[in-house]
Amino acid sequence: MALKIVKGSIDRMFDKNLQDLVRGIRNHKEDEAKYISTCIDEIKQELKQDNIAVKANAVCKLTYLQMLGYDVSWAAFNIVEVMSSSKFTYKRIGYLAASQCFHEGTDVIMLTTNQIRKDLSSPNQYDTGVALTGLSCFVTPDLARDLANDIMTLMSHTKPYIRKKAVLIMYKVFLKYPESLRPAFPRLKEKLEDPDPGVQSAAVNVICELARRNPKNYLSLAPLFFKLMTSSTNNWVLIKIIKLFGALTPLEPRLGKKLIEPLTNLIHSTSAMSLLYECVNTVIAVLISLSSGMPNHSASIQLCVQKLRILIEDSDQNLKYLGLLAMSKILKTHPKSVQSHKDLILQCLDDKDESIRLRALDLLYGMVSKKNLMEIVKKLMLHVDKAEGTTYRDELLTKIIDICSQSNYQYITNFEWYISILVELTRLEGTRHGHLIASQMLDVAIRVKAIRAFAVAQMATLLDNAHLLTGNTQRNGICEVLYAAAWICGEFAEHLEDPMLTLEAMLRPKVATLPGHIQAVYVQNAAKLFATVLQKHEGETDSQAAQETSQLLIDRLPLFVQSANLEVQERASCILQLVKYIQKLQQKNVEVAEEVTALFAGELNPVAPKAQKKVPIPEGLDLDAWINEPPSESESEDEKPKAVFAKEEPKHSRSRHTEVDEKELARRREARKQEQANNPFYIKASPSSQKVYDAPGVEHIPVVQIDLSVPLKVPGMPMSDQYVKLEEERRQKEKADKKKKEKKKKREKRGKGRKGDSGPESEEDITPAHHVDIVTEEMPENALPSDDDDKDPNDPHKALDIDLDNLLSGAGSRPLADSEKLPVRTHRPEVLKSPAEDRDDNTIPQETKKKSSKDKKEKKKDKEKDRKRSKEDKKKKKKHKDVEEELPESLPEEVVQSEETKEASDLDFWLSSAPVPPVAQVVTVSSSAAAATVDSSSAAAAESEPEELKDTEPDDTKSSKHKKKKQKKEKEEKEKKKKKRHHHHHHHHSDAGAEDSVQNGTVEDEEPLPPMSNYSLLAENSYIKMVCDIQGNHQDESKVVVSVIFENKSDSFLKSMEFNVLDSLNSKLQRPDGAGPHDGLTVPFQLPPGVSNEARFVFSVQSIVMPQKLKGTLTFIVKTDESSTHEKLDFKLHFTCTSYLITTPCYSDAYAKLLESGDLKGSSLRLEGVNMPFHHLLARICFHHHFSVVERIDSCASMYSRSIQGHHVCLLVKSSDQTVSIDAKCDEPSLLGNVLDEIKQTFSKC
Amino acid sequence: MIKAILIFNNHGKPRLSKFYEHYTEDTEQQIIRETFHLVSKRDENVCNFLEGGLLIGGSDNKLIYRHYATLYFVFCVDSSESELGILDLIQVFVETLDKCFENVCELDLIFHMDKVHNILAEMVMGGMVLETNMSEIITQAEAQSKMEKSEAGIAGAPARAVSAVKNMNLPEMPKNINIGDISIKVPNLPSFK
Repeated sequence: MALKIVKGSIDRMFDKNLQDLVRGIRNHKEDEAKYISTCIDEIKQELKQDNIAVKANAVCKLTYLQMLGYDVSWAAFNIVEVMSSSKFTYKRIGYLAASQCFHEGTDVIMLTTNQIRKDLSSPNQYDTGVALTGLSCFVTPDLARDLANDIMTLMSHTKPYIRKKAVLIMYKVFLKYPESLRPAFPRLKEKLEDPDPGVQSAAVNVICELARRNPKNYLSLAPLFFKLMTSSTNNWVLIKIIKLFGALTPLEPRLGKKLIEPLTNLIHSTSAMSLLYECVNTVIAVLISLSSGMPNHSASIQLCVQKLRILIEDSDQNLKYLGLLAMSKILKTHPKSVQSHKDLILQCLDDKDESIRLRALDLLYGMVSKKNLMEIVKKLMLHVDKAEGTTYRDELLTKIIDICSQSNYQYITNFEWYISILVELTRLEGTRHGHLIASQMLDVAIRVKAIRAFAVAQMATLLDNAHLLTGNTQRNGICEVLYAAAWICGEFAEHLEDPMLTLEAMLRPKVATLPGHIQAVYVQNAAKLFATVLQKHEGETDSQAAQETSQLLIDRLPLFVQSANLEVQERASCILQLVKYIQKLQQKNVEVAEEVTALFAGELNPVAPKAQKKVPIPEGLDLDAWINEPPSESESEDEKPKAVFAKEEPKHSRSRHTEVDEKELARRREARKQEQANNPFYIKASPSSQKVYDAPGVEHIPVVQIDLSVPLKVPGMPMSDQYVKLEEERRQKEKADKKKKEKKKKREKRGKGRKGDSGPESEEDITPAHHVDIVTEEMPENALPSDDDDKDPNDPHKALDIDLDNLLSGAGSRPLADSEKLPVRTHRPEVLKSPAEDRDDNTIPQETKKKSSKDKKEKKKDKEKDRKRSKEDKKKKKKHKDVEEELPESLPEEVVQSEETKEASDLDFWLSSAPVPPVAQVVTVSSSAAAATVDSSSAAAAESEPEELKDTEPDDTKSSKHKKKKQKKEKEEKEKKKKKRHHHHHHHHSDAGAEDSVQNGTVEDEEPLPPMSNYSLLAENSYIKMVCDIQGNHQDESKVVVSVIFENKSDSFLKSMEFNVLDSLNSKLQRPDGAGPHDGLTVPFQLPPGVSNEARFVFSVQSIVMPQKLKGTLTFIVKTDESSTHEKLDFKLHFTCTSYLITTPCYSDAYAKLLESGDLKGSSLRLEGVNMPFHHLLARICFHHHFSVVERIDSCASMYSRSIQGHHVCLLVKSSDQTVSIDAKCDEPSLLGNVLDEIKQTFSKC
Repeated sequence: MIKAILIFNNHGKPRLSKFYEHYTEDTEQQIIRETFHLVSKRDENVCNFLEGGLLIGGSDNKLIYRHYATLYFVFCVDSSESELGILDLIQVFVETLDKCFENVCELDLIFHMDKVHNILAEMVMGGMVLETNMSEIITQAEAQSKMEKSEAGIAGAPARAVSAVKNMNLPEMPKNINIGDISIKVPNLPSFK
């Protein structure tokens, strides 16, 4: 056998391996393609062999060829073969090839499902790792669906190497199979606190990626991330978290407030530039989200800007680039802080690196003010001249226009200057942005009435020098400007000094080389000019000149009539006819000017873009309705089309037709000819157009036009610089003037049409040179508010927009619980399964009952495992130091809703609780508890909810509404899931199968549960009412958290509340260091009348097997307007055994093992006369006693809970005819006895 | 997310291409060409970020690259990645290659593309950063190659011998095209912990 292998490998060693292939390709540089094709033939031969090593070698070579651009998809099946090799070496080659060339369209992928599953559960971690890596590249929706469960199991693998890969790949699974997000999320969240930093980083990575697309669903994780941010030292993780916060803050400004301080601390302390940069970025995001101009944040802005300046000044181009990038974000909200660094930014404009120049350009946009606009633009114009590449120059051009035109020309004080800038820009060679300049010219000329005369003069010069723009074909882009020039000259012809000259310029033969749409405008506006000229001449009673003008048009227009462009042709012939008619009238000495002008009378108002779209549809107008009755189909064939217009007509023409004979026609033709001959306006067929040019006249002396590549300084075209100087002088003068007439200062305000004028105070002084009346754009009355662009419907992330808060609470827990209690089957370390165990699990049938019949050997094994696990469990618990709690799960959906609003309020609580200096222990507890995610026990009683929410009410009502919708969705989803589960039954492992029952012990169509509350009355008097809830703290086995809600019932102000309890040997109130054992704790708030608030107190407990009662006193001062009195209220805190239990989910298999272990002592209880539906009963036990349902079959259910000290409590609840029997097992009999007593009490109460 | 990782030399020859989104082979080659075109015309002392790789993604994406002697290492990433972080990651990648190949040079990458892929797979998975700790990456990569060697066992010996012989008479295998001073110009970024 060994000999055979050696022989095979000797055969093989003369096969080409990857190195040989590479070498061969390098040696065949001239006929590479040919060489490769022979290699591919060889590979095909190799793939046909049975030897897997040969195949793997071939596949490896294919991977290389794939990189060179060869399609290797034909070998997909062979790749699958190599993937399924048992040897790691080959498997890895196969997976690599698959990851490089498989995609959703590869059909052999569906053959891989089982192979991948096998590899995922391989005992060799590298097999698993390689499979995960490969899968991450080619996962399809099918694979994701089939393997989601396996990968989820791997998320709790014992090896961090596997865990981190499994966590990371979940993102890909979510993308392909969005339904997996909800069930997997709790476990993913749990991984955020994995002891291994790699796994933690992976989880952060995945959640950040998810949250980036749908941030609102992850808001509730903010407290957890906050904690990570303050505790983590891994820069990579920190960067991710900080980036995530950047995405979350816009949704929740209060979060921003909380972030500012730690972020600024980080900025000060970190030495990592990458981290510093991200902090600055997020602080910027925070500042943007907060309403701007908050005085106490100006320090943060200053800090950011200052740090960015350091970056920009750095010699490292990367930092410079990033500094500018971040700066542009600040710019939007805090332009002033950026403006002070103008020098630096202008300096960057001169940088040799184009990326940096572009960034600096972006910034300029916000740097301008009325004062410096001219200066900045002047500088940019210099750059325009210097710039060598067209892209950068075009970018400069658009930026100049952007800068000047921003917010309705807010910063332009002198429009003459702007127009001349635009005119100067027309000299740019080869720019693509001619139309941009043109539209600016039009816009300014139309909207700034005062500038029209100037603009028209400028445009006239442009038209006159049009050859400079059009001369070179390369300059085509810029000739768009002529469009604007022609239109402006025509429309505002009354401002023209010499309209005749312009008219002549517009009718030059060279115009015919312009693009059609420009010619059309030329023709039309020539007509307008003509009207003006006529009027002028008639005013001067210079009929000779008027007639010459008509003649000019008649001479030149035929050129346009011949145009190939329809628009030009049509307009030209219309106008030609018109002019001819006018000429005729002129010859009769009729005054026509007025009538001709009337043709173009009326002002054209600018209309806002989208104005048409925004016209609201009048009420009652149904655009889809028929205007007339629709024609019935049966009639249509034989009936003649109903003549809407004159019925008589066809008949009439027919009769006429018969009357007209040949003779008549001939006679008419003759008459027409006669008429045409006499008609001076009629253009005779042939030589007329040439004649035009033969005609003597100064205009027709051929002018040689010189195309200069260097633009001339066009006479009469003022340089913009000139204006800068003028403007300077004007401002000086104005200043002087102003001093004289201080009192009349306000009179000189800028035109009223200007809107959005929010220049800083100092700039108010600069008044525009003209009384600029910027005409605002017209909008239809009651136009609808602007509609935003919609998101891309194809975005795969849209499917991941799943409300996870809803999940967190929806799937199980009780009212008043919060987002933290997840329906986590995965929270428990018990669930940590190695793949081997997983396989065991699969062999165990789902039903617990059958398990008892398992053979003893296995039982023993299980026992051992179980013990190991519980050890692990304890270890883990110690590791967790944070205050975090789990609460019972399983509740009917109806209760979910109230809980959801609750949960929102918890986030609110976290957000609103300002970091209080840790004076008293209570405070530290509450704030640290807060930091540990939305604190669980903060849940308040349902009845006190409105008061508690008072300060955040608007928010809450909104969110609850929003959530209601979500809930509906969720319901649907659940149903869907249910169906799916049916279909893919075999795919689901025991844990998934048990999910339904774990979720909430109720079947969906069962009747709703009454609302429940765990808050019980602690004490009450006429001033104050205290209700409390006691919860175990699963992170610390000796701590119990008591949440007390204080409600002020009086009309007076309650303050200086002090909470004190007489400690017993077993239970002690945790007091701050240095406080005596009998000192009370100050309640960290005061209560205005009618308000309630919650405080939390931590107790340490030693033994938890017995219930306890502690006596306590609350002292407080009642303050009314006149007086203040000391009051006190005694209370008794009742620590039941139940309060030491923590809802802990448990899978049926683990549960069965637990029961089989025999470590547990039994006890039982019978309840008679319990008159409630079974699911209510279960919900009550779950809710009041912190149990979770493991499995439910009809009217029999197994339940589980765990004490803070790790005791297991198992219940088997059976119900028949108002009798409920509970069989219970626990490793601590006295604890069990007490718990059962308490359960009994619960049911005796109702 | 990282959209693609490309390594090519000063002439635009691809040495490694890893796309985390599917493109056809032709598009991939086009992207490599375009990226090379964009990157190669930049001076040495300009910033390492480039906007507007037109083919991959869109405006959200950036090219972040480093140039080491004869090779360009280009990462195409979207806005969820930290620019400086990725620069650091490239550095970690190159240093890891340097450790694994013992003084890495372009030829190592040419002849051992598969090995480079395997190392990369320990750092980036499915477009997301998996590990930034160099010693961890090296440990895992070496553990896997050890496994590979043990699997080859006696059967692998002759093949190794042959390839050693093949390599011996190769004058074109100079080990001197070093990737160069890999610690060139790391802006004061302490590497990740």
